[in-house]
Amino acid sequence: MKANKFWAWLVFALGAAYFIVPLLATFEFSLRMRRGTYSFDAYASVFADPAFAASFSYSVVIGLVTIAVGILVVVPAVYFVRLRMPWLRPFMEFITLLPLVIPALVLVYGYIRLYNSSSIIPFTGSALGTDILLTGAYVTLALPYMYRAVDNGMRTIDIATLTEAAQIMGANQAQIVAQIILPNILVAILSGAFLTFAIVIGEFTIASLLNRPAFGPYLVGIGTNRAYEPAALAIISFIITWGAMGMINVLGRFAPHTSARTD
Amino acid sequence: MNQDFLSVENLTKSFGNNTVVKSVSFAFGKGEFISLLGPSGCGKTTILRMIAGFENPTTGTIRIDGEDITHLKPNQRQLGMVFQAYALFPNLNVGDNIGFGLKIAGMAKEERRARVDEMLKLIGLPGFEKRYPYEMSGGQQQRVALARAIAPRPRMLLLDEPLSALDAKIRVSLREEIRAIQLDLGITTVFVTHDQEEALSISDRIVVMNSGHIEQLGAPHEIYNKPATRFVATFVGQLNTIEATILDVAAKTVSIDGQTVQVAQLPADARVGANSLLTLRPEVLSIGARDGNDITLTGTIADVTFLGSVIRLRVALGRNILSLDTFNDQRTAPPSRGEPVTISLASKDLLALQI
Repeated sequence: MKANKFWAWLVFALGAAYFIVPLLATFEFSLRMRRGTYSFDAYASVFADPAFAASFSYSVVIGLVTIAVGILVVVPAVYFVRLRMPWLRPFMEFITLLPLVIPALVLVYGYIRLYNSSSIIPFTGSALGTDILLTGAYVTLALPYMYRAVDNGMRTIDIATLTEAAQIMGANQAQIVAQIILPNILVAILSGAFLTFAIVIGEFTIASLLNRPAFGPYLVGIGTNRAYEPAALAIISFIITWGAMGMINVLGRFAPHTSARTD
Repeated sequence: MNQDFLSVENLTKSFGNNTVVKSVSFAFGKGEFISLLGPSGCGKTTILRMIAGFENPTTGTIRIDGEDITHLKPNQRQLGMVFQAYALFPNLNVGDNIGFGLKIAGMAKEERRARVDEMLKLIGLPGFEKRYPYEMSGGQQQRVALARAIAPRPRMLLLDEPLSALDAKIRVSLREEIRAIQLDLGITTVFVTHDQEEALSISDRIVVMNSGHIEQLGAPHEIYNKPATRFVATFVGQLNTIEATILDVAAKTVSIDGQTVQVAQLPADARVGANSLLTLRPEVLSIGARDGNDITLTGTIADVTFLGSVIRLRVALGRNILSLDTFNDQRTAPPSRGEPVTISLASKDLLALQI
């Protein structure tokens, strides 16, 4: 028994070290900007850079819009497929998995070919148009995560019966979705939202090829011509991503309680 | 009483090639408690769902108080419904669940609160408005679901097997509560159940359904005492069935296991030599002779089950096996298997069904 535990702990420790040691090394390196002593100078330098604030806030705004559009697209789609067209679910599963198998590079080249400034819908002809295109790309990129989060949320509640119960009391579809379905899957939606946010904040390929001032291209740009700041940024990025993931766990505790008590 | 408050005419519902409701018609008066009773798949829930508007009839019409509601959306029908799985909104507390329909109808907050309080008193849960569904027992949740359904003063109440998910004890007490509230409010109620005891105990009238059509429609005592078909006779209550051969139509005599017996009635299309099915409830059978019993039959004890105060006997009469219950007598030993026995019954209690 004890031997079994020893090996289990050993494997766990090796696995943890695989993730933690490079992180610790990066963190340690990010503190070495000032010669001979540890300091947070690299972090101060990053935060003092106007490009950091600009690119970060740009990505935050794009992330929030991506989340809003994702919710507006995914929630009604999952709701109606579960309620009225359950036979479409395997097809939905397949479609929502495509962004995982189609490289972002292929996606963005397709966008550029379709929506370039000489096309019928010249999205890339203006900054706003390109931002819309970028948001659309991020919604697609986050689709596998948002779809699964919302679908899992809807699986935990009996949406068909709840819909009928609300309908018979006079509610229309919009009232049912807004007042009954959404609040009951809010935690699931927020999980999807945080995953989406984490993806958008670190995304490089699409933002770079569409030439948008996002946080991902900024990270790469800094990495090519600075020494300590990229390490500090890597740690900051990790903290943001982990913060988003942690929020998903925290929110999971507030998931709606469903009950099948017979007493 | 308006005898056509709820009227269903030639209602048919098909899913592809499968017709689950076959030209069903009935009409009920205002304030009646109607049960749709039948086994799984008989079409009772589909009828209820068509009344609610969740399913569109393939053909036929549904009227409430003279208004054709066949093609109205569920939210336009002004009906209340209680579901088997409670269907309380998990994100809303009890007060908000009960007040949901009132809020949708645009009732002012104060008025809504007063109505919610009134409903909570009605279901015996005053002070529960801040609780969430998961904090309550199944019985309490279903009472809240009932309050939610009747709070907006619907034209009719639909109950879709509301007691099926509950323990036996809660089921009995809640069905009595449902009936008391229904009588108190005088609300026309359609109750779907597969439990014949439930249907018999709380209904004004029962629609017994089988394979998509109505087998019999009548008051509980009519359904139990005068079953119109073999299905009703066997589905509702415990029933003994005896195969008999008709000997004389005019004299109403039949042969049971070679013993000639005169019965009170024969099927309308009875003919000599035809087989007929005689049915009788276990409670009309007695061991030995008894005043008022004009038929005596002899058979053999096939099985004895000792149940404490009651002994359940199974008596073989040729191919027929009859069940009868007799009280336990501490002074005498129960009959033994294989022992010959004489049983008696009144001919008026024998019901003849054509096979």
